Amino acid sequence: MQNYMKLEIAARSENESFARNAVAAFALCLAPSLSELSDIKTAVSEAVTNAIVHAYGKKDEGAIAIACTAEPYFAEKSGEITGGVLHIEITDQGCGIEDVQRALLPFFTTLAGEERSGMGFTVMQTFCDGFSVESERGKGTRVRLKKKIGGDHFQLPSADTSACEGALIGLEREDVNAG
Amino acid sequence: MQIRAQLNDRILYVEIDGEIDQHSATRARQTADRYADDYAMRSEKAVFDLQNVSFMDSTGIGFLIGRYKKFMRYGIPVYLTNPSTATDRILQMSGVYTLMPKI
Repeated sequence: MQNYMKLEIAARSENESFARNAVAAFALCLAPSLSELSDIKTAVSEAVTNAIVHAYGKKDEGAIAIACTAEPYFAEKSGEITGGVLHIEITDQGCGIEDVQRALLPFFTTLAGEERSGMGFTVMQTFCDGFSVESERGKGTRVRLKKKIGGDHFQLPSADTSACEGALIGLEREDVNAG
Repeated sequence: MQIRAQLNDRILYVEIDGEIDQHSATRARQTADRYADDYAMRSEKAVFDLQNVSFMDSTGIGFLIGRYKKFMRYGIPVYLTNPSTATDRILQMSGVYTLMPKI
């Protein structure tokens, strides 16, 4: 039987730390490195924060479902688990995303006045090896993340920061003008 | 998240301890901005020491850029120092160092 875990949390910001640490604790069954664990925590934190801040917004209600499955790789001789693939699914029943393609753009945010960086989806994509998002207005959003564990042969794509720098500088100019 | 500030030779050192996420950033914003208001007249630059930041997600980017804007209103440049490998990665990918250089 494939190893899995499922949990449901209230969409409250104090659960962000619990959620990312719970997924990281489950990931331990695939013998991850510290840097892989840190990538998992960051990506989960982004998805859970999105659900709390955007899906449910100001409403003090709502639940977030987190489901993980572990696909292990076994060492040939010893049979020990040396890594594998962690699948993470984070689902809410909130307001949904109006324009998913736009939401995926670095620095795009619908809450510009609230110090949102607009980098959540970019971080998830950079820190994971697989990413998809499905959303329906009024029904909710499901984010799927896939993280390969073990083996230095997995190269993570590096983010194209040239576009990011442009956006940040734009932000700086806007600030100078406003000030 | 805990924030402490110390003025030393017209340099304001702002030390951040703990996890920066959406939950912790809400309160920390007010503390950090109060330091900006209190020390701005006596500071030439601010250095954010990230040595004890044990976790940071993209909320941390928004948090740091927000503080950068606050200090820049007083004409005070902000620098970042001592990020962990994980923190460094997220700061680098988001281009934050173009606003707040790493020293």
